Amino acid sequence: MCLAIPALVKSIEGNEAEVELGGISRKISILLTPEVKVGDYVLLHTGYAINVIDEEEAMETLELLTEMASMEG
Amino acid sequence: MRFIDEFRNAELARVVIDRIHRRSKRHIRLMEFCGGHTVTILKHGIRQLLPPTVEMLSGPGCPVCVTANADLDKAIALAREPGVIIATFGDMLKVPGSYSSLQKVRADGADVRVVYSTLDALQIARENPERAVVFIGIGFETTAPTIAASVLQAEEEGIKNYYVLSMHKLCPPVIKALLNSGEVRLDGLICPGHVSAIIGSRPWGFAARDYGIACVVSGFEPLDVLQSVAMLVEQLEKGEPKVEIAYRRGVRPEGNLRAQELMNAVFEPSPANWRGIGVVPESGLRLRKEYQRFDAELSFDIDPGPTLEPKGCLCGDILRGVKTPIDCELFGDACTPEHPVGPCMVSSEGSCASYYHYGTL
Ligand code: SF4
Repeated sequence: MCLAIPALVKSIEGNEAEVELGGISRKISILLTPEVKVGDYVLLHTGYAINVIDEEEAMETLELLTEMASMEG
Repeated sequence: MRFIDEFRNAELARVVIDRIHRRSKRHIRLMEFCGGHTVTILKHGIRQLLPPTVEMLSGPGCPVCVTANADLDKAIALAREPGVIIATFGDMLKVPGSYSSLQKVRADGADVRVVYSTLDALQIARENPERAVVFIGIGFETTAPTIAASVLQAEEEGIKNYYVLSMHKLCPPVIKALLNSGEVRLDGLICPGHVSAIIGSRPWGFAARDYGIACVVSGFEPLDVLQSVAMLVEQLEKGEPKVEIAYRRGVRPEGNLRAQELMNAVFEPSPANWRGIGVVPESGLRLRKEYQRFDAELSFDIDPGPTLEPKGCLCGDILRGVKTPIDCELFGDACTPEHPVGPCMVSSEGSCASYYHYGTL
């Protein structure tokens, strides 16, 4: 029910954005994420972007886990 | 897909699992609040990968499951009102109320339409100005802002035939109620990722501060959940329970301020009735005075009649974390996803449905 999936923002017009989601294009509302830019990924929940995905944080999380791997290895 | 595949990396998962095995000394009980996490955990067999010191419990984080029969009956009664179109998320269709379900009344001629978004519900209202369109507003803090947005949009456009039956629920207050009941002993909490995307991680502070519960906000891929378990083990081994975010790509400590603003503009906290838990103060949302003309409950004179609970169904106990689906005698026999007795078997994120689909171990 609280499912939200990453979607890539392709274009923006007012409160709406066109996003790509697993190869499919779809119109969504960006009313809740006015800061979003073209090229960002958003978390899409029931037709609304509920947050912009922080790419840097995502990379850092993965790096942290990879580091853990090299330490343990 | 980006931001999904990376967090399913089996090699990294193995490393995190090893670490959990090495670090975990004392026996701990962790609850995953969210039904979405329950699905990830069962689907990927995460419980079996954890050391015996880490016990996992499922919590009440499934909005469909926690909707009380009394509230379901209201939705079903509204569907029977002449001229009404019900717009609802698909999950609600099969959930049995006291006497019927939205699916059954639809088969009897009620106009019940499944929508993906409140945007679709608004469109139905625009296209049917002579009918009343009632959106069945269920969901946690993740969904409530989208419903608030639809009310604001209807107000702006002057759409007069759009209503919301607000059965929204708030997560931190119910966790507090569970902890206060003393029924389940918990050491750590996997906090819901998308609820926290809206409210931030701070509202979980009380659990660490006042109850000594370790809290980690988690994403929904297997690596996210494993990382969260590793962080919880770390906190508990050190004896330093606090609130941390593992799901940093999706959640900021302060949450989504814009979404909070819209939600607070349209809704105010109210008591809510949780299945199996009862009425919890300030754990629901009702429309504020300024938006009461959108309130379906105030706008229609409905009488759903007395409430009946499904016989033998343990959903209430399961939602409180004191029973599991395998304790239920009806599980898999009298109760299946095709013929559900209780809501935990209907919702794809209900514990019973998850156990049914992904095995019962
Ligand atoms: S198996 Fe069915 S009857 Fe039993 S608790 Fe789950 S939903 Fe209720």
